Amino acid sequence: MPGVFLPQGNARSYGDSCMLHEGTVLSTRFMNRFIAFDGETGIIRCEAGVTLAEILSVVEPQGWFLAVTPGTKFATVGGAIANDVHGKNHHVEGTFGAHLTQFELLRTDGSVRLCSPTENAEWFAATIGGLGLTGLITWAEFKLKRVSNSAVNVENIKYQNLADFFALSQESEQDFEYTVAWVDCLASGDQLGRGHFSRANHARVTQPKPAPSQHTLTIPVDPPVSLVNSISLKAFNWLYYHRQREKRVTQTTHYDPFFYPLDHVQNWNRMYGPKGFLQYQCIVPMEHSEAAICELLRRIGRANYGSFLAVLKVFGDVPSPGLNSFPRPGTTLALDFPYKGAQTMQLFDQLDEVVVQAGGALYPAKDAHMKPQHFKRFYPNADQLESFRDPGINSSFWQRVMEPST
Amino acid sequence: MKNWIVIGATSAIAESVCRLWSTRGYNLFLVGRNADKLESVKQDYTVRGADTVFTHVLDIAQLDKHQACWEQAKAAMGRIDGIFIAHGTLPDQKRCEADFNHALTEININATSVLSFCTIAANEFETAGSGHIAVISSVAGDRGRQSNYVYGSAKGMVSLFLQGLRNRLFKRGVMVTTIKPGFVDSPMTADFEKGGPLWATPDQVAAGIVKSIDKNRGVVYLPWFWWGIMQVIKSIPEFIFKRLSL
Ligand SMILES: Cc1cc2nc3c(=O)[nH]c(=O)nc-3n(C[C@H](O)[C@H](O)[C@H](O)COP(=O)(O)OP(=O)(O)OC[C@H]3O[C@@H](n4cnc5c(N)ncnc54)[C@H](O)[C@@H]3O)c2cc1C
Ligand SMILES: NC(=O)c1ccc[n+]([C@@H]2O[C@H](COP(=O)([O-])OP(=O)(O)OC[C@H]3O[C@@H](n4cnc5c(N)ncnc54)[C@H](OP(=O)(O)O)[C@@H]3O)[C@@H](O)[C@H]2O)c1
Repeated sequence: MPGVFLPQGNARSYGDSCMLHEGTVLSTRFMNRFIAFDGETGIIRCEAGVTLAEILSVVEPQGWFLAVTPGTKFATVGGAIANDVHGKNHHVEGTFGAHLTQFELLRTDGSVRLCSPTENAEWFAATIGGLGLTGLITWAEFKLKRVSNSAVNVENIKYQNLADFFALSQESEQDFEYTVAWVDCLASGDQLGRGHFSRANHARVTQPKPAPSQHTLTIPVDPPVSLVNSISLKAFNWLYYHRQREKRVTQTTHYDPFFYPLDHVQNWNRMYGPKGFLQYQCIVPMEHSEAAICELLRRIGRANYGSFLAVLKVFGDVPSPGLNSFPRPGTTLALDFPYKGAQTMQLFDQLDEVVVQAGGALYPAKDAHMKPQHFKRFYPNADQLESFRDPGINSSFWQRVMEPST
Repeated sequence: MKNWIVIGATSAIAESVCRLWSTRGYNLFLVGRNADKLESVKQDYTVRGADTVFTHVLDIAQLDKHQACWEQAKAAMGRIDGIFIAHGTLPDQKRCEADFNHALTEININATSVLSFCTIAANEFETAGSGHIAVISSVAGDRGRQSNYVYGSAKGMVSLFLQGLRNRLFKRGVMVTTIKPGFVDSPMTADFEKGGPLWATPDQVAAGIVKSIDKNRGVVYLPWFWWGIMQVIKSIPEFIFKRLSL
């Protein structure tokens, strides 16, 4: 096959890692058949274009669940592998790749490799978190986890500041499979980092909750200006923080709104207006976590920029099998910002300084600005991945970050 | 739980229909010409919840093998509740104009083979006093147009034939559903410019097909707005229509 290609799943990545400006995108949209599912062992095999939503619709009624799920169920299996995605249970289950038993890799020269931890192990490692560069994953097999029903027991705790967040994370690590916090980015001083800490487990024997209504909220048109400005952000953050009067609220809900809140607002990104928005997701190692997150939030606060969604989570030390996976022990902060041109880029540069100094990393799945010199520090195995790259495959992201730095 | 034969089971639209039926635990007898593809969809339907899935390799142009195919389905599933016919090809109109043998091949696939299966099913269902015949025809069969009248006339023949069957079998409790999709984004239309409100996905059309069969509908346009479009197209007087380049 002549030319340059890039496999693409459902294009749920935010930046340019699922794009190729000069070349052909190979959509896996029609590669969406299941191959086998063993209801006894929970091992499932399917083509790479199957979405996590389709998997859940088949396996959840039979008492199985994804061992790891990102915050959107519209990601495909291929995309979940290529970004080695993580979920709210990273401290328990590690990444998506940690549950893979095998997959098939097709290269543009027509060669096919079966990859597993024991067969073609180096290709297995390079492809997990390999950003689609090593070849097209045609099908994959992975392990699911047992659940007794579709409900999750969730506890939401309003907390005062960053120190509280770390204390809650540590306290919850043992007894809660899922932990995550939403942060009020606009709080400062001794309230810096305040927010809601959410921790949850799959319900054991309670009644299953009925599926949430399929009714979705749609942002139907592109508003001429961003609906997200500093006034609406202040109001949103304030309201969100104070939405719960009690310090602690527990509830049992269906898994869908708990794991996939944004999937219910179709085209939610439109609310940022015609210029759109950028994501910023970093991780900083545990030993510098508190100081670094504190500094990041301060810089965001000082820029008077705000962020609609800011999410904080402590990752565990379950190793990622991927050569270039983003998750590693530490604390991850994910934010999204309405795009304001140079102002946004300046803020990102300031945030980068903190991440680099702390020895952290940025997440390619959500990146559109990472500098080549930083990328190589964040991903010391990048050159190795380059050596596994299919010469017929490339991405706009890869071209950007692998450009020789000046 | 129901037992259905699906002819052209690897078509994109049939695949979407079978996925929906699989979640209901149907038994399926899949007929198609490509053994690998049949095996792959069989696995998919099994994971999605189909009870038992059988496959049968057949080039549908071989009319003399249709009866044997039907007998095998009966032997495999015991009782047959319905037959869903979905195979088809989109002929190269220009080639059909230049070469009638080619046109005949296309007519055999899109019309004759369909009538053959319908005849076998109609006789069996008539004797049994129950059964459902559901066939994908097309809006293209509603009016002949210069750009694809060979395909259109084959589909038109299917639609008329089914109309007659419905009339014949109604008193015997046998249902006949004629499905007329508009533009569907499937491998058949791979070469078309797509996008815009007139194009539907196989999943959307399949949801309409399953619902129409459940409700024992006679003729359905999918999506529904094609009914309106075709009313307009059919009502254009011939002396004007012949000047249009549709
Ligand atoms: C609302 C929302 C919440 C999210 N939450 C999280 C989260 O909590 N954790 C997290 O980790 N991520 C999260 N993400 C990011 C998302 O999970 C990843 O970007 C994921 O990779 C998207 O999958 P996709 O199928 O859309 O892949 P795409 O975005 O289309 O592609 C992603 C990468 O995978 C490659 N790829 C896709 N298919 C194949 C294949 N068959 N073979 C080889 N390479 C392939 C592409 O080349 C590309 O490099 C979130 C995204 C959204 C929109
Ligand atoms: N797509 C549209 O816009 C559209 C609109 C109106 C009506 N329709 C009708 O919808 C039906 C399904 O089409 P589709 O859109 O789903 O397209 P499709 O995916 O191309 O399906 C056509 C199927 O017919 C099978 N087939 C063709 N010739 C055959 C033969 N001689 N023997 C056995 N199988 C044969 C093909 O088998 P292989 O898989 O082996 O190739 C293929 O599975 C067709 O009847 C079509 O006319 C389609």
